[in-house]
Amino acid sequence: MGLLSKKDLKLITDPLADNNPITIQVLGICSALAITAELKASIVMSIAVLFVMGLGNLTISLMRNIIPPKIRIIVQLIVVATLVIIVDLVLKAFAYELSKTLSVFVGLIITNCIIMGRFEAFALANGPIRSFIDGVGNALGYAVILIIVGFFRELLGSGTLLGFKVLGDPIEKTGVYAFGYENNGFMLLAPMALITVGIIIWVQRSRNTSLIEDN
Amino acid sequence: MAKNTESNVYTVLFATGMVLVVGTLLAFLASSLKDKIAENKRIEKQQNILYAMGINENDESSVEFVSKNIVGEEFSKYITKQLVITGANAVENDKAYLIDLKKESALAKSENYQRRLPLFVGNKDGKESYIVPVRGKGLWDAIWGYIALDSELVIQGVYFDHAGETPGLGSNIKERFFMDDFIGEHIMDGDTFKGVAVSKSNADPKNIDKTDNEVDAISGSTITGDGLAAMLKKDLKMYMPYLKTLKQ
Repeated sequence: MGLLSKKDLKLITDPLADNNPITIQVLGICSALAITAELKASIVMSIAVLFVMGLGNLTISLMRNIIPPKIRIIVQLIVVATLVIIVDLVLKAFAYELSKTLSVFVGLIITNCIIMGRFEAFALANGPIRSFIDGVGNALGYAVILIIVGFFRELLGSGTLLGFKVLGDPIEKTGVYAFGYENNGFMLLAPMALITVGIIIWVQRSRNTSLIEDN
Repeated sequence: MAKNTESNVYTVLFATGMVLVVGTLLAFLASSLKDKIAENKRIEKQQNILYAMGINENDESSVEFVSKNIVGEEFSKYITKQLVITGANAVENDKAYLIDLKKESALAKSENYQRRLPLFVGNKDGKESYIVPVRGKGLWDAIWGYIALDSELVIQGVYFDHAGETPGLGSNIKERFFMDDFIGEHIMDGDTFKGVAVSKSNADPKNIDKTDNEVDAISGSTITGDGLAAMLKKDLKMYMPYLKTLKQ
């Protein structure tokens, strides 16, 4: 990566591991619980957040010197909402099929606290290029967790991956179902997503004990 | 920067300016794309109606509509009549597919308004089907669909869609495994109208019993499923005075 200095590279690699937005900063939990019942939804949401967060961080960073501090949260919210609505309108006009897939995510993107969190914590204090990289890095960190959780929830909950029946057919009793295996319907509900995220946090902190906070 | 971004005057001016810029931008974009979006919606509606009556390009497990280049032709080829029903009377009207169900149900709240109900009569390989549009509430937002019935009031096919059900849970109402369960279901129990319930306890996951007025629910989407069953019950019922005249 000759393009990026070491410091900039850290902006991408940090959120992937030791400063992950979900497991360490504990942001964006609500969408991580809501849409990870299927792997496909996790992937689509990750791409959408990547896009909005990169551009949003860039825009906020460009405006950082003229935003009145008293209303900065409202300004941030308007920037995200405007970006998302513009994309939604353009897709509806020129790529209708794609917009049908994405429309259910619009509300979840606008209210995603990772986006607001990075605007507030990073873009308001840093230059546009670094902010853009930070946005991309955090979106990737978010994506990693979403995809891991989506993978396990879909596999154990429905016995499928991306809609393919990898474990056989539960109704016809083929594949592993022939041996009496059953899908765990509880995996499809939000509590199991929280427990899955909890397990990831546990694994991560036991591998890197410096992440454990002192009481 | 020389400006004092803390001052109240600046804050108010900034807020006003931002509202004007964003408002103008969005209004301009929305009105310039309006025609294109309306056209896309019309195409989608025709594709949905054709899908319900079995005109689609489905393979094993996917949901594929007829291509949008030919949907206009296919629509006029297979849909032989478009009716507007008020009570038990039906009047032919080839713009029936443009009736906005949401507006009609809002207007119907006033007492002396006679609600107009669109119905599409299709003919595929010599078999007539009657396609009823329905609209209701899911968990988060609107859900709607098209139900194709034959003259015996047995479902020939359905298409469901939603504005914002939870991805991976409620949003699965537009997946094949759910929609295909409706094919062959009866909406009548003998001579009384029952609709089709979305049931968590019918103990019939393969959906072999087609006369039980029930299909298997989706795990994790109880409210969406209940909303869907309520929608079928409420909207199909409005058509019953007319539909009953078909079943002699």
